[in-house]
Amino acid sequence: MKYIEEFQDPELARRLLDDIHATVTRPWALMEVCGGQTHTIIRHGIDQLLPDQVELIHGPGCPVCVTPLEVIDKALEIASRPDVIFCSFGDMLRVPGSGRDLFQVRSEGGDVRVVYSPLDALRIARQNPAREVVFFGIGFETTAPPNAMTVHQAKKLGIPNFSLLVSHVRVPPAIEAIMTSPSCRVQAFLAAGHVCSVMGMAEYPELAARHRVPIVVTGFEPLDILEGVRRAVRQLERGEHTVDNAYARAVRPEGNPAALAMLEDVFEVTDRAWRGIGVIPDSGWRLSARYRDYDAEHRFSVTDIATQEPAECRSGEVLQGLIKPHECEAFGTTCTPRTPLGATMVSSEGACAAYYLYRRLDLAPAARTAPLEASPVV
Amino acid sequence: MGHGGGGALSAELVQHVFAPAFGGEVLAQLGDSAAVTLGGARLAFSTDSYVVRPLFFPGGSIGDLAVNGTVNDLAMSGARAAYLSCGFILEEGVELSVVARVSADLGAAARAAGVEVATGDTKVVEAGHGDGIYVNTAGIGLIPDGVDLRPQRVVPGDVVIVSGEIGLHGVAIMSVREGLEFGVDVTSDCAPLGGLVQAMLAVTPDLHVLRDPTRGGLAAALNEIAAASGAGVVIHEGRVPVPEAVGNACAILGLDPFYVANEGKLVAFVPREHADAVLDAMRAHPLGRRATVIGEAVEAHPGLVVARTGLGGTRVVDLPIGEQLPRIC
Repeated sequence: MKYIEEFQDPELARRLLDDIHATVTRPWALMEVCGGQTHTIIRHGIDQLLPDQVELIHGPGCPVCVTPLEVIDKALEIASRPDVIFCSFGDMLRVPGSGRDLFQVRSEGGDVRVVYSPLDALRIARQNPAREVVFFGIGFETTAPPNAMTVHQAKKLGIPNFSLLVSHVRVPPAIEAIMTSPSCRVQAFLAAGHVCSVMGMAEYPELAARHRVPIVVTGFEPLDILEGVRRAVRQLERGEHTVDNAYARAVRPEGNPAALAMLEDVFEVTDRAWRGIGVIPDSGWRLSARYRDYDAEHRFSVTDIATQEPAECRSGEVLQGLIKPHECEAFGTTCTPRTPLGATMVSSEGACAAYYLYRRLDLAPAARTAPLEASPVV
Repeated sequence: MGHGGGGALSAELVQHVFAPAFGGEVLAQLGDSAAVTLGGARLAFSTDSYVVRPLFFPGGSIGDLAVNGTVNDLAMSGARAAYLSCGFILEEGVELSVVARVSADLGAAARAAGVEVATGDTKVVEAGHGDGIYVNTAGIGLIPDGVDLRPQRVVPGDVVIVSGEIGLHGVAIMSVREGLEFGVDVTSDCAPLGGLVQAMLAVTPDLHVLRDPTRGGLAAALNEIAAASGAGVVIHEGRVPVPEAVGNACAILGLDPFYVANEGKLVAFVPREHADAVLDAMRAHPLGRRATVIGEAVEAHPGLVVARTGLGGTRVVDLPIGEQLPRIC
C-alpha cells in the first residue's frame, strides 16, 4: 500500500499549501462533508497549516454521529433479547442511547459481536440457525451496497434468521438541507470521495448550479484534502461553481454500476431523521417491499420507539457547521469521549471527539478525569 | 472490556477502586513493577495475568507471553528477572495436549529469558467459565545499585527512544482472532527485554524511566509517563517506526498504530547527554536494531503528549478510553 505514503508526502503538501496561500485573497468557508476527512484534517493538523482566510467547517458525514438516538435505542432493545445475536461495526458499540450503549448490553449478558463485514453476520446466522442474527446497517452510500448485497444473499440462500436494522443516509439531500438553511455559511463543498466512488457524480452538478457552490470530489489522505481545498479555493476566487473530481484515482463519473444496481434492488429512498439535525426529505434508504421480511424493526416490533435528545447537547449545530465543537458549553466538561452527550463526541470521526482528542492544546483545558460513577465493569 | 484495555478506564479502576482499598506506599508508585527493599536487597516485584485469545498466534503463544510479559515488567525497573511463579486456571474440557504445548512454550521462554519458574498453582473452572487457559505469573528480580527508574525522574530535555517497530503484536493477534488477511504475515514481537535493558544500563545507570508499551500501545505508555512526571512529551510522528504491514492493517481498520499493543518493545526517557551512547548500545543488541529517537520531554503542556505531524501540524496524543474500535468508514 505504498500509495498511502505518497499521499502524505510533506514536500508535496508544502507545495500545495504554498499554492493555496498564494491563491487566496479573502475569507472563504469550505465544508468537508465526510467524517473521515474531518479525522484526517484534525489528525494531521491540516487546519493549522491553511491560510487564516480558509475556514474548514466540519460537515454531517460521520455515519456514527448522525444515526438517530431512537435507532440506537432500537438496537439496544433488540440486542438485549436472549434469542438475538446482535452484530455491528465496532464504533457503534460506544454510542450512547438513552442511558446505555451496546457495550453495556453486552456486559449485562447480551450477545453483541463486533464484525468487519455484514457478510460475517450472515455467516454467524448460518452457524446459529436457532437464533436470530441482526446486523446494524448504518452509514452512507459507502456501506449501503455491501449491506444490500448481504440481504440479497440472505434471501437468495433462504436464511430466515438474518435481518438488518437499517439507518442508511444519503449525502446529496444533506447538502441541499445545509444550503437551504437560513444560517448557512458554506461557500464550497469537499464532497466525500468514497460516496462518489459508489454513486458517481451525477447528483452534484444541479446542486452546484442551483446554489452557486463549487463541489470538489475529494479523497481522504492529507494530499487529497489539500488538493480538494486548492481546487475549491481556485473556483471561489474565480467566481466559478462547477463540480470537479479531485479523486479521479477512485471515482468515475458514473460510479459503480454493480453497486448501484444492488441498491436499486434492495433499498428504496425514504425520509430519514439525522441525529442532531432532524428529518431530511428523501435522505435515507429503507428495505424495499421485496425485502421487508428482513427488516429488523418490523421483525422485533420496535417501530414505535421514540426518544428525546439531551437538551444541552448542541451536536446538531456542530453537524451543520453552525458552531465549532468547543463553542458548546458542555464540551470537555459534562461531555467528553468518556461521557458523551451526543454522538459527535463518540466516534473519532465526530468533530467534537476529534477536537477533544487532538486539539485540547489550543482550547480551554478540559476535565481530565471524570468521577467514578456507580457503573459496571465494561 | 474497556476496564482491561490499558487506557483511561483501566487507570480509573486502579486509582478509584484498587489503590484506596489496598493502600500502601509501594502500590502508589503504579509502575509496571514495584521496587521494594527486603533484607537489604532492592527487589523488583511484578504480577500479570494472561487471557489472550487465541492461545497460539503467529510469533508465540500464551506460554511465551506469560514469561516475557512479566520478565519485561521487571526489566522496566532495571531488574533481571530471577524467579517466576506460574498459576494456571484451566477450563474444564481443555485438552491436556494443549496444556502441555503451552507449558512447553512457557518453559522454553523461561530458559531463554534466564529465569526459573520456582512455584506454581493450578485451578480448574467449569466449562464455559474460561477461554481454555488463563495464566498468571509473578516475578522477582534484583535491581542493580545506582539504578532508579521511575517517571518522576523525567526532566525537560530528556530524549525519548523507542526500541523498534511498533504495533506488531496487536496486529498479529487481530489477524488470527478476526480472521483478517492483511496481505503480509505479521508476527508478534513477543520477546524478553532483560538483555537489552542490561546493555543500556551498561552505558549508563542514569536512565530516567523505561516503559513496556503493551496494552494501549506507545500512546498509553507515553501518557502514563507524562502524567506521572508532570513533563510534557513531544513526539515526531514521522520518526516512529511503523512497519508497512501494521500501517496497512491499521489503515484498513481505522485504528491508530500508536495505540496497538507491543510485547517486545520498550520506550526509554534518557538524559540528553547519554542519548547517543544508549542508542548505539541498543542498536548493537538484536532486540534494539531499529531503535529510534522519536521525541523529547518538554516544559510546555505539562502532562500532555503532543505529536508533530508529518505535514508540520500538531495534535494531542491522548490516553485511549478503553479498547480501540474499528471504524465504519
